[in-house]
Amino acid sequence: MTEPGAILEVTGLRKRFGALQATDDVSLDLHAGEIHALIGPNGAGKSTLIGQISGALRPDAGRVAIAGQDVTAMDTAGRARLGLARTFQISALAMDMTVLQNVVLGVAGAQRGLWRFWRPALRDPALLAPARAALARTGLTGEAATQVAALSHGQRRRLELAMALVLRPRLFVMDEPLAGLGTDGSAALTRTLDTLRVEAPILLVEHDMDAVFRLADRISVLVEGRIVATGPPDAIRGDRDVRRAYLGEDGP
Amino acid sequence: MGRERIVNAALAVLLLGVPLWAHWAGEPFTITLATRAAILALAGVGLNLALGTGGLVSLGHAVFFGLGGYAMGILAHHAQTFTPLPLWDLPGTKSMPVIWLVAITGGALMAALIGALSLRSSGVYFIMLTLAFGQMCFYFAVSSPTYGGEDGLSIWVRNGFPGLNTLDPLQFFLLAYAVLMAVIWAMARIKASPFGLALAAARQSPARLDAVGARPFRLRLVAFVISGAVTALAGALFADLNRFVSPSMLSWQTSGELIVIVVLGGVARLYGPVAGAILLVTLEHYLGGISEYWQIALGAALLAVVLFARGGLIGALAGRPVAHD
Repeated sequence: MTEPGAILEVTGLRKRFGALQATDDVSLDLHAGEIHALIGPNGAGKSTLIGQISGALRPDAGRVAIAGQDVTAMDTAGRARLGLARTFQISALAMDMTVLQNVVLGVAGAQRGLWRFWRPALRDPALLAPARAALARTGLTGEAATQVAALSHGQRRRLELAMALVLRPRLFVMDEPLAGLGTDGSAALTRTLDTLRVEAPILLVEHDMDAVFRLADRISVLVEGRIVATGPPDAIRGDRDVRRAYLGEDGP
Repeated sequence: MGRERIVNAALAVLLLGVPLWAHWAGEPFTITLATRAAILALAGVGLNLALGTGGLVSLGHAVFFGLGGYAMGILAHHAQTFTPLPLWDLPGTKSMPVIWLVAITGGALMAALIGALSLRSSGVYFIMLTLAFGQMCFYFAVSSPTYGGEDGLSIWVRNGFPGLNTLDPLQFFLLAYAVLMAVIWAMARIKASPFGLALAAARQSPARLDAVGARPFRLRLVAFVISGAVTALAGALFADLNRFVSPSMLSWQTSGELIVIVVLGGVARLYGPVAGAILLVTLEHYLGGISEYWQIALGAALLAVVLFARGGLIGALAGRPVAHD
């Protein structure tokens, strides 16, 4: 069960699409300083669950709370303002804008400063300083003036992360941040995520099992909409049900 | 930014230079044509914020254009017949600043109403909703006999502006040109502001805007209101140029013409509507003198732009937009 003090608490979440029970009584929580990985085979309902946590989907039943506040009825923007930073599985970036413009937009959003009509955003030091810091952290400083449409896939993944960093969130919800990255890119981003957990805990959905078992403090396994096991990596690796349902007998 | 700045400056100089030359050469009709281009450009600049930056294809901007026109027509009509306005016991006015204020306020309120109802939909449904509101306003104007119905309203003398003789074609042109330049300058500020970035991002990736804690609907509504207010101001000037306002200003063909101006010139480009309006008025005048089927040439030009020059005239001349100076 969830303990008091959890940054994110999900209790009894259910979501049905027609005959498909996509989320079946899911409860999980996320505590300060940890990376909680959510794994499961394709079609297990990970994206549906992430959608309900971030606010894009409304659950049929259950409760989502951020830092003790019930946000079940709140939309995505409201949850973002409460400190939920989400990265997307398929990059959701303003493709015609430059890298810097995208990140500055994130900073302005975090500062609730989007309702300013007169001062050029790219000349405002209060917006530029955090934006440039996030670009430096994600290794994108050299691409500040590049149009997002011209970025490589790996650079877009890093920009996704930079967009989440500038929100100065209470928690990260990351949907496959490593998807499609090569070995080097994956290793670099894994190191970045490793240092990130002290700033804000991460709920991590990821298919890269090496990264998951290296990074996660806890792992929850989702199969057919249900969480079949939750525990530290070693326990999950040894769990017979998990091996049978998901990892395969010769899993890591 | 280099090339686009040069193209913009050239357009601004061209639009100012032609009527100055016409004044010197004694061709007042050319000045009137340039004034028409400047005012249509202003309407296009208003539409471009919604259509270009915001990605909101409105087929109902004639509502705001016509509303501005009727603001002029109704106020001036009561002033010249010395009758008070209905509802409020106020006299009409022949003062452009007052008329403009009424047009801008009316356009903003109407855009807030139409926007609040149609911006909940998107894509082709948004287009159809704006068209429907446009047709409602059109038929309302046609069927209201108080202000001329189908025949429209004529104004005997052009309205006045403090310190200017607006009956002088060049002075009226310079007034319209100054308004156009001031609005373009303000639009440039808005586009570069955090609001402008957010509006552009809402077009490209609404989910991203949610993720940074903003709601696309509100941003779009405010953009639609600014857009409607600017187009209404252009409508007031347009009616003053012709000293006439009729329901045709509210027709869906007018909405289409405004879209044509924006697309020809360059969607989301600051001076796109200026280029589009100059081209439209030039084609209309010179080809219209040769054949009444001149719009075939306009159609061909539009086809060429859509097929071969997606950035419109500005795109063809200045290349892709550059974001950082």
